[in-house]
Amino acid sequence: MHELPVVENLLNITLDHARRAQARRVLALNLVIGQMSSIVDDSVQFYWDLLSQGTLAEGATLRFQRIPAIYRCWDCGRQYPLDGQHLACPQCGSVRVQLIQGDEFRLESIDIET
Amino acid sequence: MSTTQTVPVVENILKANDQLAQTNRALLDAHRTFAVNFMASPGAGKTTLIVRTIHTLKDRYRLAGIDGDIATTLDADRIAATGIPAVQINTGGACHLDAVMVHNALAQVDLANTDAIIIENVGNLICPASFPLGAHLNVLIASVPEGADKPYKYPPMYRGVQAVVLNKIDLLPYFDFDLAYFRRGVEALNPGLAFFPLSAKTGEGFDAWVQWLAGQISDYASQK
Repeated sequence: MHELPVVENLLNITLDHARRAQARRVLALNLVIGQMSSIVDDSVQFYWDLLSQGTLAEGATLRFQRIPAIYRCWDCGRQYPLDGQHLACPQCGSVRVQLIQGDEFRLESIDIET
Repeated sequence: MSTTQTVPVVENILKANDQLAQTNRALLDAHRTFAVNFMASPGAGKTTLIVRTIHTLKDRYRLAGIDGDIATTLDADRIAATGIPAVQINTGGACHLDAVMVHNALAQVDLANTDAIIIENVGNLICPASFPLGAHLNVLIASVPEGADKPYKYPPMYRGVQAVVLNKIDLLPYFDFDLAYFRRGVEALNPGLAFFPLSAKTGEGFDAWVQWLAGQISDYASQK
């Protein structure tokens, strides 16, 4: 998996914002991760512990907010969560559907000590 | 006296890749070079399809290849054997090409004298979907032996492409491949997507694919 380069990016973004806010230490990262984003929490945590050593963000807690996948049907407008098996609209059976949330992968905010 | 506070960030974590992908696109556009990113699972027949595509188009367009592989030069060697310039990227174990790797590879291509670049991504149906490269066209190569449920199992990959090729249709008589089910899945994720069932081995269905691809390259060339 590609969590290593992902965590490198995450650390760069974190340190960039921490320095700008003149942080002495980063206490926590608030991450938003969609169900469909193919990112594994444990793996991110593993690389984070390794890569953040010796930086302002060493030991910071990673808080994961998981966003469930929600689809919308183009034909009847129904919105529904992915049930793990079926993509088709549970109301009208259409397969003309669109993912409207669940592919997020962003750093929402950081908690810092100044 | 220390205080704690929350600093809003709201940044896409893969932003660095996305930005460099835009830089790649601008570089390609500056040279009027069209780039195609081929993605597939291992064993879908990517290299065979690419080699046949190159043989069919290399007299009409000046082509170059960029080949991503974990450690070997096997695929780049096959592409170089067609007579077009080929650049090998060894990803060092990484599961996908990213915009940085492609940026470095583009520096080794004579862009001013290239109409189209064929990029072969690492065989993987998950990770390449998260790393745009800056290509103008993203193509997914599926194949009959993989099974018809792949669009349902790997939706981000099927959503992020502009064309799906279904390779190895010469094997349809030997597999329980439900073509209608496969197409419904593709259509659900990516309505109206260009779809080419073919066999890169026998050549069945290949004309429609290369004519479409040639049309894409020519349309791009005539845009500016």
